[in-house]
Amino acid sequence: MTEDALRLDAVHKSFGRLEVLRGIDLTLARHEVVALIGASGSGKSTLLRCINVLERIDRGRILLDGHDVTARGVDVNEVRRRVGIVFQAFNLFPHMTVLRNICLGPVEAQGLPREEAEERARGLLERFGLLDKVLDYPDRLSGGQQQRVAIVRALAMRPDVMLLDEVTSALDPELVAEVLDVIRELAEGGMTMILATHEMGFARDIAQRVAFLDDGVILEEGPPDRIFTDPQHPRTRRFLQRIIAAGRL
Amino acid sequence: MVFTALALVVVNSPGWPEVRRSFLNVDVFRESFPEIARRFLLNVQAFLLAEVFILVFALFIAVLRSLPGAVFFPIRALAVAYTDLFRGIPTVLVIYILGFGAPALQLQGVPDSPFFWGVVALVLVYSAYVAEVYRAGIESVHPSQVASARSLGLSRWKALRFVVLPQAVRRVIPPLLNDFIGLQKDSALLALIGVLEAFRRSQVDTAGAFNFTPYVATALLFVAITIPLARVTDWLVARERGRYQAEGTL
Ligand SMILES: Nc1ncnc2c1ncn2[C@@H]1O[C@H](COP(=O)(O)OP(=O)(O)OP(=O)(O)O)[C@@H](O)[C@H]1O
Ligand SMILES: [Mg+2]
Repeated sequence: MTEDALRLDAVHKSFGRLEVLRGIDLTLARHEVVALIGASGSGKSTLLRCINVLERIDRGRILLDGHDVTARGVDVNEVRRRVGIVFQAFNLFPHMTVLRNICLGPVEAQGLPREEAEERARGLLERFGLLDKVLDYPDRLSGGQQQRVAIVRALAMRPDVMLLDEVTSALDPELVAEVLDVIRELAEGGMTMILATHEMGFARDIAQRVAFLDDGVILEEGPPDRIFTDPQHPRTRRFLQRIIAAGRL
Repeated sequence: MVFTALALVVVNSPGWPEVRRSFLNVDVFRESFPEIARRFLLNVQAFLLAEVFILVFALFIAVLRSLPGAVFFPIRALAVAYTDLFRGIPTVLVIYILGFGAPALQLQGVPDSPFFWGVVALVLVYSAYVAEVYRAGIESVHPSQVASARSLGLSRWKALRFVVLPQAVRRVIPPLLNDFIGLQKDSALLALIGVLEAFRRSQVDTAGAFNFTPYVATALLFVAITIPLARVTDWLVARERGRYQAEGTL
């Protein structure tokens, strides 16, 4: 139990000639919440997708519970079962009810009996106030509800780590709070999480650490109070000023 | 309007009385219709049987064609070659070649009936078209859907089966029905290799009665089944469009 929940060592990733990640080092202790901030295009999504092995890294290591997930012969499906990811655009399956969306992973990837998966799904839906939506199709739900269902769908796999990629960016302002509440509850419940976000106020609130991604590296990281009030690096300062100017802190 | 005008022109044409006698003869119709209708069941059998195999086989081809990566290049190439070949050759020729060629091989354990080989020919030709329809459907499913499924730990195959294909097939049902209508009509081509279906029977009747009314009887039978299917297709398209617009206005 002394292992870090997640550790990235000098992770590199390029798309063709575009080098997006240029040596990322990042460590998450168990139950830790890290907010990943950075300008649009800085590589936040790419980093999260690499951890979930949706993208293959070119160099470096990603250790989940001390095991290298990018090593040869590792079952990527097994890794993905332990790392939940939620996307900005929800990406629910439109042809399935809420219940089937949530049960697909547990039943088809984990081999859980359907009744058990449904029980698990209902439990989670109840916890997040969505039980009455169990048989609805995604297009009947509001954006906030869809995103909460997407979070529940990831949680139903009982992941060790959750990766949330700007999960409130696609939402109307009045729907943001209900999704943040869910994330807050997860944080309080001890979930290990990386939170790519533009919601600086929220990041400050629930993250133990903030990491600023800039030009393919983590330029600066530390407790939110320090990063937000006394950033060491001029580029961090400039980024935060722009955010403040945009009224998001 | 246009229709009525056209009808008037036809009815008032100098040759009309003669045409009416030879194409719309009530007695000949009454005489030939029951047997043609009975033979039409063979058409129905042929296209239903063919359709079942087409739907399965074409999906298989489409899935092969959508396999990713360099490893599957030969398989993809084969699938492409297949669709190109059978969309290129006129259906009539495929039916002739298989209908007369395959039985002549006298292979052990393989049926040599023209009906069998006619259906095989229809399956081969139509699968090439239907595979393309499926492929369009598969490609219309956004890659983020696959990413979502894979992120839950589903294998490539399960992501395809549970997430991509159900959405893809749903989207292409109208064009699938269209191809099905085409198939129904082309079942008449089996007459050319000696299958005693409705069209073949009407040819015989026509020759016997020196009157073309049996053709009209056959045409009516085909139309009688395509019209309902065409309406169902329209309805599905309209419903799909309605749903899309509802989404757009949200
Ligand atoms: N599959 C891909 N192929 C090529 N380039 C890509 C791909 N995915 C991302 N990129 C590029 O990598 C860079 C980083 O993109 P990424 O989506 O990770 O940024 P981000 O920090 O998440 O931005 P945002 O805040 O807008 O979501 C961008 O320049 C993007 O164009
Ligand atoms: Mg992003």
